[in-house]
Amino acid sequence: MTAALIFEQVLNGLQFGLTLFLMAAGLTLVFGVMGLINLAHGSLYMVGAFCCAWITQQTGSFWLGLGGGVLGAAAAGALIEMLVIRRLYDRDHLDQVLATFALILIFSEGTRMVFGSMPLYLNIPAALGGTMALPGVEAYPVYRLFIILAALAVALLLYLLISKTRLGMRIRAGESDREMIAALGVDIKTLYTIVFALGAAIAGLSGALVGALRSVQVGMGEPVLILAFVVIVIGGIGSIKGALIGSILIGLVDTLGRIFLPVILKFFMENASANSIGAALSSMLIYLMMAGILAVKPKGLFNATN
Amino acid sequence: MQRTDTAPKSINMPKLSRETVVNIAVMAILLALPLWASSIGEDYYVNLASLITIFAIAGVGLNFAIGQGGMVSFGHAAFFGIGGYTTGIAAFHSFEETLFMAMPFAISGTNQMLIIWIVAMVICGIAALAIGAISLRTEGVYFIMITLAFAQMIYYFAISWPTYGGEDGLSIYLRNELPMVDAESALTFFLVCFVLLLGAIFVSARLSGSRFGAALGTARMNETRLATSGIDPFPIKLTGFVISAMITGLAGALFAELNGFVGPSMLSWHRSGEIMVFVILGGVGRLYGPVIGAALFVLLETYIGEWTEHWQLLLGLALLGVVLFARGGVMGMIAGRARHD
Repeated sequence: MTAALIFEQVLNGLQFGLTLFLMAAGLTLVFGVMGLINLAHGSLYMVGAFCCAWITQQTGSFWLGLGGGVLGAAAAGALIEMLVIRRLYDRDHLDQVLATFALILIFSEGTRMVFGSMPLYLNIPAALGGTMALPGVEAYPVYRLFIILAALAVALLLYLLISKTRLGMRIRAGESDREMIAALGVDIKTLYTIVFALGAAIAGLSGALVGALRSVQVGMGEPVLILAFVVIVIGGIGSIKGALIGSILIGLVDTLGRIFLPVILKFFMENASANSIGAALSSMLIYLMMAGILAVKPKGLFNATN
Repeated sequence: MQRTDTAPKSINMPKLSRETVVNIAVMAILLALPLWASSIGEDYYVNLASLITIFAIAGVGLNFAIGQGGMVSFGHAAFFGIGGYTTGIAAFHSFEETLFMAMPFAISGTNQMLIIWIVAMVICGIAALAIGAISLRTEGVYFIMITLAFAQMIYYFAISWPTYGGEDGLSIYLRNELPMVDAESALTFFLVCFVLLLGAIFVSARLSGSRFGAALGTARMNETRLATSGIDPFPIKLTGFVISAMITGLAGALFAELNGFVGPSMLSWHRSGEIMVFVILGGVGRLYGPVIGAALFVLLETYIGEWTEHWQLLLGLALLGVVLFARGGVMGMIAGRARHD
C-alpha cells in the first residue's frame, strides 16, 4: 500500500467519474430544461459506442469513428426527440419512464438485430496506446489520461456554451420559464430538439471513449445510466455543477472503495471473509453514500430546480 | 376498485359496470384455461397461467403504490427478488440441513411455504421501511431514481455475495411444501397462486376503501390538503409503500417456487420495468389492471418469442403505442376512463 498506488487509483476514479459526468450532464440538462426523465439516455451511449466501433472498423481511423459516434448519437437523439420524446413533455413522469423504457427495448433489440449478440472490439488508437510516467506512478495508460482531459474539456465547453452564448442564454431561459421564452418568439420546439441532441452527443462521446476500454455490446449503457442517476440525484437534478461534483465523488468513492475496503476490513477479520464482505460492501458503497446525502439534503447538494 | 364497492349497500342492486364485467371475465378465463389445460394433460399451459398469476400479484402490489399512493417506484424488483431469495435461502438450508445463522439464536431453513411466505413478506416489509423512509423524503423524479438506485444496490449485493450463488443464483431442488395439498402438482400450485391473487386484490380493495386508503389517495392528489386535515402524509405513504412491497415480495416467493430457481435477474432493473409494464398495460389504478397487463406481457413474450427472437422490439413498440396513444391502458380502452388520471 503505497502513495503511488493510491495516486493511481485516484486517477482511475477520476477517469471513471468524468465518464459518468458526460452521461449525467446530458440527463440533467434535459431534465432541467424540458422536465423529462430519459431512461433511453443509456441507449444513446450505446449508439455512440457502436457507431464509433463500426466506423473505426470500416475506415481504420479511431478519430473518424469518434466523430461518427458523437454525430450518430446526436442524430439518434434528434430523431427520437422528434418522433417520441416531444410528445412526453406534458406527460407525468410515469408515462415518461414507460415510454423511454420502451425506447430502450427498441434500441437494444434493434442493435442486436444489426450487429448480433457478440460484442464488438474497439482498439485504443496507436497514438494513445502506451503508458507514461507521472509523478509517483511509473506507467499510467495514456488513453485514460486522454479520457480525463477530454471530459474536462467537454465540461469547460459546456460551461462556456451555457453561460456565454446566445444558445446557452435560451437554454437557461427555457429552464426558468418556458411559456415566457416561447412568447418572446424563440422557437421552443427546435430549442428542445437541439438540447436533446446536445445531451445525446455528449452521451455518445462517453460511450465511444469508454468503448475502447471495454467491449462494445448491447446493454452497455444501462449500468452507466443508473450510476448517472445516482450522480444527478446527489448533485441536484438540473445542476451541471452538481453533476460534475457528484460524478467525481461517485467515481472516487466507487474506485477507492473497491480497492481499499477489503484491505481495511482485514484489520478486523480474517482474509477470506474480509475479501467477500469487502466486495459486497464496496458494491453498495455509493448507494449508501447516496442514502446518507439524501437523508441530510433530500434535493441533492446543488439543487437547481427548487 | 369501484366506488360502488365501498358505497353502503342499497336495496336495488347496482347495475354491473363495464369494468366489473371485464374483471369477472378476465378472472374466469384465467381460472378456466388452466383447468382445461390440466384436464388434457398440458401442464405447460398451467405453468404459463401460474406465471401470469404471479406477475399479476406483483403488479397488484406495485399498483397499490402507484395507483393509490402516487408513488412511482422503479425499484419493486428489489422486493420481488427479496421474496425470491427468502424462498431460495430457506429451501437451501432446509435441503442442506444447515443453519441460516447460529448466533444470537439459531435459525434453520424450512420447506414449509406458509412459513416462507410470512418470512418473505416480513423481510420485504422491513426492507421497504428502510428504503421508503429515505426515498419518501423526496418526490417526483427523485423518488423514481432513488428507488431504482436502491434496487440496484441490492442487485449488486446479491451478485457479489458468494454464499448464495452470487451471479449464478441458487437452485431449489424440491418445491417447498404446503399442508394438506400437493404443491408439486402444477394445477394445485396454480390454484394456490390464484387464491393468493384474489387475496391480494381483496386486501388492496379493502385498504383502498378504508380510511387509510382515503388518506393515501389524498396524499397522491394533494399532500398539503391531507396535512391541513390533520394527517401527516409521510407515515401514510410509508405504510402504503410497505404494504405494496410486501405484496410484491409474496409474488417473488411464488416465482421462485414456480421456477425452482432464484438468481440476480429477479432483482435486475429490467424486472422493475416489467412490473411497471404490467401495471401500465392494464391501466394504472385499476384493481384488476395488472392481471390484464401480466397476461398480455406473458402471452406476447411466449407467442411472439416463438415466432421471432426479437420479441422485445415488438414489446417496446407495443408499449410505446400504449403510452403515447392509449392512455389508461387496456382497461381504459375497454371500460372507459379511470376514476383519475
